Amino acid sequence: MTRKDDNPIISLVSRSVSPFIMLYALYVIFHGHYSPGGGFQGGTMLAAAVLLVRLAAGSEVSQLQFKKSWGTPLGSIGVLIYFSTGLVAMLLGGNFLDYQFLPLGGHADAIRGWGILFVEIGVGLAVMGILVAIYDDLLEGDPD
Amino acid sequence: MIYAASGLPTRGDPNAPANREKSAAGSQGAAFYYVQNAKKDAHTDNMVTVILADYRGYDTLGEETVIYTAGLICFLLLRKRKKESTP
Repeated sequence: MTRKDDNPIISLVSRSVSPFIMLYALYVIFHGHYSPGGGFQGGTMLAAAVLLVRLAAGSEVSQLQFKKSWGTPLGSIGVLIYFSTGLVAMLLGGNFLDYQFLPLGGHADAIRGWGILFVEIGVGLAVMGILVAIYDDLLEGDPD
Repeated sequence: MIYAASGLPTRGDPNAPANREKSAAGSQGAAFYYVQNAKKDAHTDNMVTVILADYRGYDTLGEETVIYTAGLICFLLLRKRKKESTP
């Protein structure tokens, strides 16, 4: 979707701001144990960083950052991470999503904390992939 | 409705029915248990995260599945096909 009046300032600023939005999104995901935040919020910000470049610099440039075909597979990977975390706990003797049976060292409460982290990462990846995929799917019929 | 809302208990009131240790029927109240045991159970400071991802893990898995289904439906409906099957 390249326009004739492409503005170099908008393109440059969006491309340089995007990595910092991603960094803050990772902080929101990984700091969800101690402050407001978590997978849904961080995943939305990761998607916002990608969509900012999509909107400002055009589709061709943003393909270098995040390819159109990656969205749906990334969403599937996120859901699989969540589901397999629960499934591993179930196969090792607990209930489904009973994190203290995960094969990690330490006390039961610490293992539950790690299980929450895995789940949040899965949620973040899924939300990011699906939001970008929906945007790309809606633009699919664009003539440019 | 506004008049009825003015009679609701204030937020965080420990004597509100939802926050009491025992419910009216005498069983253990859920909110009281979460406040008392969230840090001990999951070694995580943020109580909301523990409830969302641990105590209510099934619910969050369902939410994620809803988002994933929405994305898949957009993929199936809006992706351009390479060849038109019908003339």
